[in-house]
Amino acid sequence: MKKRLDVLICGGGACLSSHSQDVKNKFIEVLKAKGLTDEINLVETGCMGPCEMGPVMVVYPDGSFYVQLTENDVEPIVEEHFLKGRPYQKKLWAAPEARKIVEEKRQVPFFEKQQKVVLALCGKIDPESVDEYIANRGYEALGKVVTEMTPEAVIEEMLKSGQRGRGGAGFPTGLKWKFGKASEGKQKYIVCNADEGDPGAFMDRAVLEGDPHSVIEGMAIAAYSIGADKGFVYCRAEYPLAIKRLEAALKQARAMGLLGKNIFESGFSFDIEVRMGAGAFVCGEETALMASIEGKRGQPRPKPPFPAQKGLWGHPTVINNVETLAAIRHIILNGADWYASIGTEKSKGTKVFALSGKVVNTGLVEVPMGITLRELLYDIGGGIPNGKKFKAVQTGGPSGGCIPAAHMDTPLDYESLTKLGAIMGSGGVIVLDEDTCMVNVAKFFLEFSVEESCGQCAPCRIGLKQMHDLLEKICEGKGKMEDLDLLESLAHTIKATSLCGLGQTAPNPVLSTMKYFRDEYEAHIKEQRCPAGVCKDLISYVVDESKCIGCTACARTCPVSAISGAPKQKHRIDPSICTRCGSCIVKCPVKAIYIGPGAVKREVESKKLHLEKTL
Amino acid sequence: MDRDAILRKYPPQSENLLALLHDLQDARELHYLTEEDLRAAADHFHLPLSFVHGVATFYTMYSLQPRGRHVIRFCQSPACHLMGGVSVGKTLQKLLGVDFGETTPDHEFTLEMSSCLGVCGVAPAMMVDDRVYGNLDEEKVASILESIRREK
Repeated sequence: MKKRLDVLICGGGACLSSHSQDVKNKFIEVLKAKGLTDEINLVETGCMGPCEMGPVMVVYPDGSFYVQLTENDVEPIVEEHFLKGRPYQKKLWAAPEARKIVEEKRQVPFFEKQQKVVLALCGKIDPESVDEYIANRGYEALGKVVTEMTPEAVIEEMLKSGQRGRGGAGFPTGLKWKFGKASEGKQKYIVCNADEGDPGAFMDRAVLEGDPHSVIEGMAIAAYSIGADKGFVYCRAEYPLAIKRLEAALKQARAMGLLGKNIFESGFSFDIEVRMGAGAFVCGEETALMASIEGKRGQPRPKPPFPAQKGLWGHPTVINNVETLAAIRHIILNGADWYASIGTEKSKGTKVFALSGKVVNTGLVEVPMGITLRELLYDIGGGIPNGKKFKAVQTGGPSGGCIPAAHMDTPLDYESLTKLGAIMGSGGVIVLDEDTCMVNVAKFFLEFSVEESCGQCAPCRIGLKQMHDLLEKICEGKGKMEDLDLLESLAHTIKATSLCGLGQTAPNPVLSTMKYFRDEYEAHIKEQRCPAGVCKDLISYVVDESKCIGCTACARTCPVSAISGAPKQKHRIDPSICTRCGSCIVKCPVKAIYIGPGAVKREVESKKLHLEKTL
Repeated sequence: MDRDAILRKYPPQSENLLALLHDLQDARELHYLTEEDLRAAADHFHLPLSFVHGVATFYTMYSLQPRGRHVIRFCQSPACHLMGGVSVGKTLQKLLGVDFGETTPDHEFTLEMSSCLGVCGVAPAMMVDDRVYGNLDEEKVASILESIRREK
């Protein structure tokens, strides 16, 4: 029976972290108490996108978009909106720049420029209901493929669509399938890489949690095309909810005969198993991933042979990522020409980007390939918070590079990003503002890669550590100009000689920050100065005594008791105890604390002074 | 569930090793694998003990040392780092009195790092057991720890 209102509450990972579950339970309780359960359809969906605003909720048919809900909002929303028909203004999404109350989801600028294909059903359907998926043309593409199309025709369609793998390298999906099909072998496998690409990207999680059947359908179509009868989804153990929803979806699909023997009575048989990782970033690399599925240490091996020739247990294996697979049914249903009409000449279709860092609207957005960075950041992302200046974005995480402000109008597609020294990666876009030190960021990414290196090959294991130590030296103000040349030469050697993608790309953040922000490196080396005021050894926190009112707020918040001063007296920070955590700056009500030069610089200056005096 | 019952769930193909180790570990209140667990797994799959040990020490989620009843996985992804993760991490260390990779003396909490929890939109984030917490700051982590301590 159709109910009067559909209330969709987001159950994506981010909203769960802001307690959407409590809000949902409260709704269940209130709706029950008021006898409204027959009129109002409450559904928990997957990720809706704007994670920063969570928990979020949409009410249909009017489309009111509620944000930042708490349990206390439930009663008034039920009372005002559900009963009296007046949307509860207090929690409707107000566009940050306009401060205008918007009542409909499509009027929110965050959604306006988006084109949802892969994420179309995320946040719209109950991910645990196969019926809702089927009602949205679910499994229609699979039916069409296995009953009306030959495997060759499907591959031809995929080639024509121009879709490229969303995992990072951008290899054409159709071509991969063609190789998989051409490979000799009785047993073949299709694998879904759900080990999520770069940190900073979380679209795969959202798709698995919000629309798991689309991935299953994509895998089944891929399996039919290459001649596989068995598939694996390799998912990281950090995503228990994704695994749970996927398992539930697999069970439903099997029960309906959409997986298993003789699907749609076509003679095609296929089933999927979920394999869980155990916390190793390198397992996102396809050969490491296969080793892990086989129950071994997740260590990569040299390529060739490529997985399409020799994959799991030596059998031909095609590996696609979650976002790639989720788009396939749309390509089959709407045609290759439709898909190819979206995007740029060489990068077709839509791409999901994960916005995070210093941007107003963090979350997931899906846009046509080729949109400019400016549109993504300002029109959709809402710009940089707190009136700060934009500095750069980092794409591709520890394998990628940065794009500085000068290239804001670059279209986001595979080629343009590679040309800038950044990469598409899996679509993580981390926004950096003027308070970010690029040397520190580069060091951080290397730290990450050093930690996650599997240790098999020397360039990655030893080389990255050496690069990291050089960067640490620079951040401490002890670097020399020749260190920059050394960094560069190490970077190129590591890129050329590492065994797998992790090592081959890990130096990228250093090379790209050195390319665009060399002045920051030089300031650290030549002047012992961190222009962004981040590197701990190059800054100190100082109380401006003319402003200090002696309120003791800073002294009370200081975690290491480095601040002295009685109430109503001027306070002082002891630089030898201070850990430069910055909590005092945040707490000071009169902004009396500022960032001054660090110990290294002060030492150099006092030596200089001493020298001048003795001369 | 006792060890034999867990072992019986898995067919003897060694591809099931990771899942079995997860299961054996989760069966212990202090989330770790003992030498007997590793031996039993090796016997079950007819693998050398060294191989099983190699797997158990390669992946960060397995522990050969007793851990806390609650395992905190603090996200060290770039997004979290950028949004103030460093000082939140320090606060956690201070509140628990342990370093990353260590367990509190009362075996209530183990503090670990995770490469990415995939909730970058609400960075900085952490996961306590299966539950994710986002938009963390110093005060929030303190109250989360407090409420978990009270739950028992």
